[in-house]
Amino acid sequence: MKRYFPNSTVKIDNEEKMAGKAIFTDDILCQDALYVVFVRSTISKGKILRIEVPALPDGYHYIDAKDIVKENVVSIIFSDWPVFADGVVNYYGETIGLIAGPDKQTVLDLVRKVVITYQEETPNFELKESVFHKHFAKGDIAKAKQEADFSYTETFRTSLQEHLYLETQAMLMWLDGDKVTVKASMQCPYYVKKAIVRTLGCDPDNVRVIQPAVGGAFGGKEHYPSLLSAQLATALVKIKKPLRFVFDRTEDIAFTTKRHPSQTTYTAYVKNNKITGIEAHVKLDGGAYIGCSGVVLARALIAVVDCYTIPSLEVNGDVYLTNTVPTAAFRGFGSPQTIFAFEMFINHLAKAAKADPLEFRFTHLAKKGDITAVSGNFHDEIIMPQLIEKAMEMSDYKRKIKEYNKPNSNKGIGMSWFLHGCGFTGSGESTIINAHVKLVKEADDTVHLYTSQVDFGQGNRTTLKKIVSDTLGYPEHLVFHESPDTDHTLNTGPTAASRTIIIVGYLCEKAAKHLKEQWVSGKRIEIIEPYVAPPYIHWDEETMQGDAYPGYAWGVNIIEVSYDPLTYQVHVDGVWSTYDVGHAIDERIVVGQSDGGIAQGIGYGMLECMDIKDGKFYQKTISDYTVPTSMDLPYMETVLIDNHFAYGASGAKGAGELTFVGVAPALCLAIEQAIKRKINKIPANPEYIMELVENGKD
Amino acid sequence: MAKIKFVVNNQPYEVDVDPSARLLDVLRDELHLIGVKEGCGEGSCGACTVLVNGVSYSSCLTPIANIIGKEILTIDGFNKTEQYRIIADAFAELGGSQCGFCTPGMIMSTYALFLENPDPTEEEARLSLSGNLCRCTGYNSIIKAVLEAAKEGRKRGIKW
Repeated sequence: MKRYFPNSTVKIDNEEKMAGKAIFTDDILCQDALYVVFVRSTISKGKILRIEVPALPDGYHYIDAKDIVKENVVSIIFSDWPVFADGVVNYYGETIGLIAGPDKQTVLDLVRKVVITYQEETPNFELKESVFHKHFAKGDIAKAKQEADFSYTETFRTSLQEHLYLETQAMLMWLDGDKVTVKASMQCPYYVKKAIVRTLGCDPDNVRVIQPAVGGAFGGKEHYPSLLSAQLATALVKIKKPLRFVFDRTEDIAFTTKRHPSQTTYTAYVKNNKITGIEAHVKLDGGAYIGCSGVVLARALIAVVDCYTIPSLEVNGDVYLTNTVPTAAFRGFGSPQTIFAFEMFINHLAKAAKADPLEFRFTHLAKKGDITAVSGNFHDEIIMPQLIEKAMEMSDYKRKIKEYNKPNSNKGIGMSWFLHGCGFTGSGESTIINAHVKLVKEADDTVHLYTSQVDFGQGNRTTLKKIVSDTLGYPEHLVFHESPDTDHTLNTGPTAASRTIIIVGYLCEKAAKHLKEQWVSGKRIEIIEPYVAPPYIHWDEETMQGDAYPGYAWGVNIIEVSYDPLTYQVHVDGVWSTYDVGHAIDERIVVGQSDGGIAQGIGYGMLECMDIKDGKFYQKTISDYTVPTSMDLPYMETVLIDNHFAYGASGAKGAGELTFVGVAPALCLAIEQAIKRKINKIPANPEYIMELVENGKD
Repeated sequence: MAKIKFVVNNQPYEVDVDPSARLLDVLRDELHLIGVKEGCGEGSCGACTVLVNGVSYSSCLTPIANIIGKEILTIDGFNKTEQYRIIADAFAELGGSQCGFCTPGMIMSTYALFLENPDPTEEEARLSLSGNLCRCTGYNSIIKAVLEAAKEGRKRGIKW
């Protein structure tokens, strides 16, 4: 068979996953586990007056807020989400209690018989009162405003998105002696540990979290399992029997976190065909609890003018609470919303200025040494001109964009430029995470790498192992990357924020270098490698000023579409991408991230529709929440161009989120050209396109 | 409850279950064949795909009573064959498996396609796998892997 990626390694978990031998949470045998079903609110807002639980047969248990051991709060960045609703409910589906018992069907029947009496209150579904506000400015916006030739204002909206990982949320928890022990479909085992310790008020040594295989996550298993684990732990210490549940798909869609809907308004001030200033206001819908929304907002705001340098800015952002399922982490974490908005805006603005959009954008593109939106520096080389040139050549962009401008053409091509900050925002890597990698060479000369990074499909465990074996110059089969288990690994931080390779990968490389220096055959050597931030990084969390990320990855997406004026349906005909991820440790893995990010982005941009009516989602199943199938996508071409990053393993930065953030604007710019109308919101589904074609503006 | 006889991965079985039980549950809970996955429970995602007498079925929609006397093939048995090796090697080379949850179903659907059409075009492969959802790969590597496996099968003169 031809080698398509001659320098790539077969992933460490590849064969077990293909052969159906990988053990996911629902595959773990535990015959005596009680099955858990949650009792949920059936209203969007109100007081709980009375809970009537039916008579429970022997061996069946009901647990709710009155059973909380220490703190009724889920440990998330901003801890306002209760483990169990206590007296009030704030969204339809909020967990009030749970029933556990040996027979699943009996438990389901009992849950249906729980009667809750509420005093209903009027729920809020509008972005009315901000609960979290951020502001920053750059340069002299008053001057820009005063001297402008003209100003231009537009608003953009993005909708909810469901992660739709193929494996639904699942958890198994038991007592090993006194120790609360967990296996779950999760992406951050130490978040789960922290949530259990906090709600139980127990010694951290009394909680052990073990990572099984995970069938996709995309951010949807970053914070939500913390809630689930706190609920199960509360039940476990009372019932003292193993507990488990697996969400069915409808439960998962209806009650787990989603991507934040957003509304972004820009006003640009233009003088001599250059943008001299921008005012922006970004509004995010956080759902019923704040949770991580403040940090999502921070990332959205830092990306507010995408990869462009604008001399003056006035930026405001707000998180609003509504009586709906809380929104939380999802690939891109706020930046897909503003990157979509700004890429559409700058193209619309170029047209309003009667300028060629390509040239207009290029004039504003960030260069090395430029001051970022939050007044930090672009310290590293920016190779966007090469990425753009290559992507245009691959796609034959220049010819097509002219050809598709003809009046009778139903085709379009769109190009997006974008960046993604890798790692936690600001100083989070040193102040919040403080990762430590453990690398051990045993006396038998096998090498064992311990991290808490979870592989939910990204191939990161293979990549980190490869960094160690490459650095040591040691055979891959003698290097083992141990699966996360909080009793044996150190906390290297969550698997999120495109931080695994840029942060943990770099630590792995440093640890391997130290091991190599101390290598003595036949002797056990242990290396603990702590995180140290690059010395030039300065960040003020309060004012949001400084270097927002340790490093940036960059990219270009070009998407070609055709449009059927009879059905208003759009088909994606071609996708071409170029990226600067520093250096790809494993090309096949990075190309795989590109393919998957683009597919999810195309879903976000035109297919995935999630509507709310009276606080409930209309879409309930995979049949009505439509994600891309193999018929919706063409072959996709990806080229990676190296741009060595001084603080990355072999120069590597991050790639997981980068491949998602720019897809919707590339797609919508292509659709705009095909339908000859302006797009201001996603998803651009046939209903919206029909509305635009019938009533929209050119 | 009823006693139901059928063959799974070349082994005869008799189970005493509710005849309306889902084939998926019987395979996972009674026979512990964990390669069969539940992704949606409504026949929309393809993660539970098995072959029944050589034809692909969503085992989550199939009552056990419908398969009395029939032959079931799941990934747990198929993974021991040369045909599996060809498909799996192509998936490995192109990167067709990421989180791996859809992969067993995807491989079973690929095999079902080859039984009918050992030489599919890209279009035919896309149509044939359109009932199997993958949220990780964008199908790019999967479709390429299917065509690569077909090519390898022809080269080796394999009988699908």
